[in-house]
Amino acid sequence: MDDARLRTGEEPFPSRALPIGSPGRKSSGWYGMMMLITTEASLFVYLLFSYFYFAIWSGGSFLPSELPKFNLSAPDTAILLLSSVVVWWGEKGARKGSHTQLSLGLLAGIVLGTIFVGVQIMEWADKPYQLNTSSYSSLYFIITGFHMVHVVVGMLILLALLVWSLLGYFDRQRHAPVVIGAIYWHFVDAVWIAVFFTIYVSPHLG
Amino acid sequence: MTRSLPDRLRVLWETVPGFYGWIASVDHKSIGIRYLVTSFIFLLLGGLEALVMRIQLAQPGEHLLTPEQYNQLFSMHGITMIFLYALPVLSGFSNFLFPLVLGARDMAFPRLNAFSYWVYLASGLFMYASFLVGAAPDDGWFNYAPNSLRTFSPGPNMDFYALGMIFLGISTTVGAANFVVTVMRMRAPGMSIARLPILVWGTTTVSAGILFSVPAVSLAFFMLWLDRSFGTHFFDARSSGQPMLWQHLFWIFAHPWVYIIVLPAMGLVSDALPILCRRPIVGYALVVLATILTMVLGFGVWVHHMFATGLPMVASSFFSGASFIITIPSAVATFAWVATIWTGRPVFTTAFLYFAGFIVMFVIGGVSGVVTAAVPADLQLTDTYFVVAHIHYVLIGINLFGVLGAFYFWFPKLFGRLLDERLGRWNFWITFIGFNIAFLPMHLTGLMGMPRRIYTYPNDFGLGLVNMITTVGSFLLAIGILLFMINIWISLRNNTQAPDNPWGAPTLEWVTSSPPPPYNFALIPAVASRHPLWEEQLHAGVSHSVLDRGFVLDHGKEALATTILDAEPDVILKMPEDTPWPFILTLAMSAGFTAMLIQSWWGTGMAGLAILVCLGFWLWPKRSMVQIASADHG
Repeated sequence: MDDARLRTGEEPFPSRALPIGSPGRKSSGWYGMMMLITTEASLFVYLLFSYFYFAIWSGGSFLPSELPKFNLSAPDTAILLLSSVVVWWGEKGARKGSHTQLSLGLLAGIVLGTIFVGVQIMEWADKPYQLNTSSYSSLYFIITGFHMVHVVVGMLILLALLVWSLLGYFDRQRHAPVVIGAIYWHFVDAVWIAVFFTIYVSPHLG
Repeated sequence: MTRSLPDRLRVLWETVPGFYGWIASVDHKSIGIRYLVTSFIFLLLGGLEALVMRIQLAQPGEHLLTPEQYNQLFSMHGITMIFLYALPVLSGFSNFLFPLVLGARDMAFPRLNAFSYWVYLASGLFMYASFLVGAAPDDGWFNYAPNSLRTFSPGPNMDFYALGMIFLGISTTVGAANFVVTVMRMRAPGMSIARLPILVWGTTTVSAGILFSVPAVSLAFFMLWLDRSFGTHFFDARSSGQPMLWQHLFWIFAHPWVYIIVLPAMGLVSDALPILCRRPIVGYALVVLATILTMVLGFGVWVHHMFATGLPMVASSFFSGASFIITIPSAVATFAWVATIWTGRPVFTTAFLYFAGFIVMFVIGGVSGVVTAAVPADLQLTDTYFVVAHIHYVLIGINLFGVLGAFYFWFPKLFGRLLDERLGRWNFWITFIGFNIAFLPMHLTGLMGMPRRIYTYPNDFGLGLVNMITTVGSFLLAIGILLFMINIWISLRNNTQAPDNPWGAPTLEWVTSSPPPPYNFALIPAVASRHPLWEEQLHAGVSHSVLDRGFVLDHGKEALATTILDAEPDVILKMPEDTPWPFILTLAMSAGFTAMLIQSWWGTGMAGLAILVCLGFWLWPKRSMVQIASADHG
């Protein structure tokens, strides 16, 4: 590279007028999370595909005699949806620069997530069948299990965000990790709607 | 006196030499070369496995291998070539070339890039470790249940395969995400989507395909592993399982995969061939649309692998029709290449010969593919050597020949040396002739009724001659590959520095030195056409790409992000420094998969904790990367 090119290179381009680093949804991490959500959503599509494949090809013998009930799953669904609302409220706090609102929202999200997982485990314990009892039981536990793992990962993300929030890492301009972590939590909740419909609602429709 | 800009950027971007630098480097160029070298070693391993099988099959009734050894060899040959060579070698080219052709300083996620390579290497070693305990996968690369279940396969063979494929899927997925985001974000200003090189289209299209398809196979292998380890009932026909679900999940992934491992090679050829014909490619937009359409249609033809399973005729007819339709975009690309050669002024370099051979073999492999798309013909030909001939024409023809041509073409940019052209011609003709002697008669072997995947055949079936010809051809092919390696060895020892742009090419990678400096471009170029270096000949007075002025970005390790469609400057990204965490995380994951293999749940838990700790170190927000608030207004 010769000196003339270098000198022209030093001419002021308006580069410093651009935002620097990881500004919210313009951060690379946001795009990366979108990719993760795309491929994870595909994973759940294949899980539910497997469920319906069995439901169609196994005829009447697929479902257990006692269909999944709503007494625990319906309130649990409400709890998970509420957790999305509080995390959204916390994220709004981050945008206003309120550490308190952000931290409270994240903490409430973690608490509600914990309740959700606890209720799920109660429901698992009540089942008369186990993972290796039948094809249905295998599918039931693998689908709800995959979802539960995602909830736990989401809670770990919320926990990390809470720690970082308490350490004062975020302000009005810089809170990309909050935006990225929150959208993952919303994704996990949205997936539950599909799982809930498949496991709990669809057997009653047939 | 301040140091010059290249010196300052070199200090910022160069990886420190030594062991730490070796495991910590996030430079896309080193990672790309690692991918290329590793995948080539796997190609040689897969090739050696094939040669041993060809010795076994050279004459009727031979006993070099036991049936079990033969099963392991043909399974590992397929697994190696399809998963450990064919995509990784293309990822190597894409990793090396993406930032260079896009006018960027690195990929969007350099640390993820390093991680993707390490996981690829670790999962490959994991699957090959099965040979050490004499229990390599032995049910073919598509691993049909229930034959792969514990009842019929009590050893750890399938556990190696199942866990290894889930492990490899992580590498493939994060690599694909990286390519997609890099294209969305890291293009030079002005490189709108209509100005992208076709190799970028090819790799980006299949990367999107990977994000949608790999979960199917990872899930299938996970369910298989649960069936084998915990007695679940997904695929076992004896209780209520559905062996056909395995085939659906596998082929929903694996048919798109066939396109995933050829479309990027078609992209490489679509960019390099026109340069050797001294003209832009004919029908750029059509070739791009054909690439995308092939990938989309590729998701709708998986059942054509299952015509013989007794599916309803309506389903078979639908998928047969879809399989015929997919020939149309393939033909579009072929006609575009032929028209480019026809209307151009070809320069008959070794790379050109490989690209021309690529087209010829794509046509042969495509036509034999059309034959098997027809349900009645397929019912006759499935599981015979006709299908083996077809898959080799497609995969060697459109992957290996494209790749070898691409090596001849981009070798100066990779290593700063030109490959020897005279040796190159010998290399090409011996490879080309050897390949065709090996695989053209194999169509006949299949039509004569020889089933695939049998370890020997009796004398009186009249199959001895065709098999002997195939064996001779396969050794000739191997000699061709040996000449290629000799050429690399001689050329790397040669001290003649390759010029920056030996082929007079029009795209941005040829603006940089050969090999490029660690920061790629001292000044971020601004692009005004598809051929920034051919503008005087092609668009005199119309478009003016600016290569000698541009963003300097020297306040630390910085890169420019642009908008998705129009590539207008958007954000200045702070790029990560070299880091050992991707490597350490891979070690922790290797420990985790090994613990699952030997069913040590305590070890699996410990590895899981280690993985979380590694992720914590990796993802902890960094003030230096402006991911969090600066200290003064915290």
